[in-house]
Amino acid sequence: MLSRTADHLYWMARYVERAENLARMLDVNNRMLLMPQSDRENVRLWRETLDSIGLLQTYFNTHGEKLVPAEVVHFMALDRANPGSIYSCLRAARENAHAVRGTLTAELWETINATWLDLGKFDIARMGADELDAFFEWVKLRSHQFRGVSFATMMRDEANCFLRLGTFIERADNTARILDVKYNFINEAPRRNDAGEYYQWSSLLHSVSAFEIYRKVYRDQITPSRVAELLILRRDMPRSLAYCTDEMLSFLHEVANTRSDETQRRAGELASSLRYGRIDDVLEAGVHSYLTRFIIRINDIGNRIASDFLVPVTT
Amino acid sequence: MAPTKDTKEQFPTRAGNTRFYDEMSSASGELRPNYQAYVDWFDGMSAERTGRKRHEADALFRRSGITFAVYGDEAGAERLIPFDVIPRIIPAHEWRSLADGLRQRVKALNAFIHDIYHGQEILKAGRIPAEQVISNAQYRPEMQGVDVPNNIYAAIAGVDIVRAGAGEFYVLEDNLRVPSGVSYMVENRKMMMRLFPELFAKNRVAPVEHYPDLLLDTLRAVAPKGVLDPTVVVLTPGSFNSAYFEHAFLAQQMGVELVEGQDLFVRDEQVFMRTTQGPQRVDVIYRRIDDDFLDPLAFRPDSMLGVPGLLSAYRAGNVTLSNAIGTGVADDKSIYPYVGDMVRFYLGEEPILNNVPTYMLRKPDDLAYTLAHLPELVVKEVHGAGGYGMLVGPASTQAEIEDFRKRILAAPEKYIAQPTLSLSTCPTFVDTGIAPRHIDLRPFVLSGHEVRFVPGGLTRVALKEGSLVVNSSQGGGTKDTWVLED
Repeated sequence: MLSRTADHLYWMARYVERAENLARMLDVNNRMLLMPQSDRENVRLWRETLDSIGLLQTYFNTHGEKLVPAEVVHFMALDRANPGSIYSCLRAARENAHAVRGTLTAELWETINATWLDLGKFDIARMGADELDAFFEWVKLRSHQFRGVSFATMMRDEANCFLRLGTFIERADNTARILDVKYNFINEAPRRNDAGEYYQWSSLLHSVSAFEIYRKVYRDQITPSRVAELLILRRDMPRSLAYCTDEMLSFLHEVANTRSDETQRRAGELASSLRYGRIDDVLEAGVHSYLTRFIIRINDIGNRIASDFLVPVTT
Repeated sequence: MAPTKDTKEQFPTRAGNTRFYDEMSSASGELRPNYQAYVDWFDGMSAERTGRKRHEADALFRRSGITFAVYGDEAGAERLIPFDVIPRIIPAHEWRSLADGLRQRVKALNAFIHDIYHGQEILKAGRIPAEQVISNAQYRPEMQGVDVPNNIYAAIAGVDIVRAGAGEFYVLEDNLRVPSGVSYMVENRKMMMRLFPELFAKNRVAPVEHYPDLLLDTLRAVAPKGVLDPTVVVLTPGSFNSAYFEHAFLAQQMGVELVEGQDLFVRDEQVFMRTTQGPQRVDVIYRRIDDDFLDPLAFRPDSMLGVPGLLSAYRAGNVTLSNAIGTGVADDKSIYPYVGDMVRFYLGEEPILNNVPTYMLRKPDDLAYTLAHLPELVVKEVHGAGGYGMLVGPASTQAEIEDFRKRILAAPEKYIAQPTLSLSTCPTFVDTGIAPRHIDLRPFVLSGHEVRFVPGGLTRVALKEGSLVVNSSQGGGTKDTWVLED
């Protein structure tokens, strides 16, 4: 298929996935804020969140150096001037879809187009906390719908492979960032009581749809190392790094071309390190430094996919 | 509120109105036979259902993004082309004679373009003044002596036709470059079948949905010699182009790639597209880009839309462009008056379709007549398109006419004038109910091994009362077009 078409499909899927994960991230932050904690803690959480997705400086440039939680939520959700907001992600998804609408099934195109049209109906400036919840829920649902419709209607050809590659690379990156921020935040928060900490961990699990899975897998109390293990190494947990890299690797194999050997090798190496990794080693290295290295590696693979398939330089 | 008899829209009665031919009813107010079944059905439908269906159509078009981008509007704004649910119905016998006329006309036009870029016999015979052709901005000297497969230049033609009276059809314009609108013809039919499936059980309407199949056949038929299984692509300027929906639609329906200039490159006078598996050879390009933008090395050097070196590959016969380069020399308004002569010269036949009488303002007599009759005439720019840069005398103010007079006097050779035709009307939903509105028809004529088309075409309707301008860029709408089968 055309390289440009593959590029649009890949980025369309990445932007939808990113919008969903932003909604998850904002949602869990909002929940954490419902708990009794100091304003200083509050500001720290938002600062670390913005920092983890590379938007802290952008925020400072447009809003000044004082972090106001309500303003940060608006900035990350519906600010049209912020290229990293949910709004901008859904617009970019729709623009990429529009550029290749002929490659999408009618149902898939209409799903994305309808999401974009409906987005215009939200007025976040006037939303209360419960409506914000509903908004984040809506973004997640539309992303589920996007994946569901593509799963149920798209032919299993190259187009599907590049779409899924975009989904899993973005999800791997996003899960790593969410875990990184929250793991750090909870561990460094002043200790009050076990209930407070339990609530923090459970809302993190909720934010990546992992709460029930945790219960099922461990049948025991929530501990930081198990949360890390679940989100990093469990191959049957659909938002974990191990699952995402497994999927990425298999779709990469399907589209392999004469240039992509090294990319496949690196992807295979990364997936194997997760498949055969042990949580004790991760903890020993430190979750933060482990995740930082992971994010660098997954983005290296993303860049290599772009140069191997999406914007080939050869003529 | 439950609909009552009083809230139901009525078709306007036309008794006593003899000024315009109406497609639905005669001057004495009688229903024409081709509308009988439709009106019977319509009368049995509640106003509430009609209203609901009209809203449904809007919502469906919007959700599926069947829109066109409007130049000059805010950041890539997209608009719906208003769709009217009352069909334009053409009886079988009228279509048959239209079809014969179209076939004849497009054959002659293709023969003319071939002749102009080869022996120029028609100029030598003195049937058309040579300077009209050779000094025409649309004449492409690069094409002189270039052979194209099957001698087909305009594989896709969109001929604009209006009706003035019973059986009285006129050609307004032959669009031989990149005619658009065919996707709306297909989508309008799909919409009507979705909204009112029962109508198609009561009327024998000729199908149009197979247009993309015929188009693909046609494009394969004009592939370079010796290519048995040609790779066809659609070349679009990109997703911000006003007709992008149509480009994507046609590529998808034909199952071929939709490419932009940046997706193609030329090596050793052959065209390739960049794919995820490496370069792939391209044989036929259905291009929806004007000549000027096709190849920055040969035409406009600032074009970002084209493919450097494309003309060299084309001239070497290694790729087919459809339509060919230089077809504009045959659909220019200054050449239009000679199409009848082309039919006689190349085919030895009398033209079946009428031309509108045309005054060429470069001629002193025609100029004098036109200036004396501006309030009655339509004046058009020779190179204009899309309903821009024209004067409709009867619909213009004195000031507008005087302003146009100055423009004509400054450069008379840039204009032609025609009598204001009494375009036929068709009942149409408007704010105040149902009212007659002027319409035209654009059938799409395909020339490959033979001339083929789907019955009908795109009917455009001027939604403003009294307006004769049907272009979507000027607030026109569209209707489903039915050709009834015998």
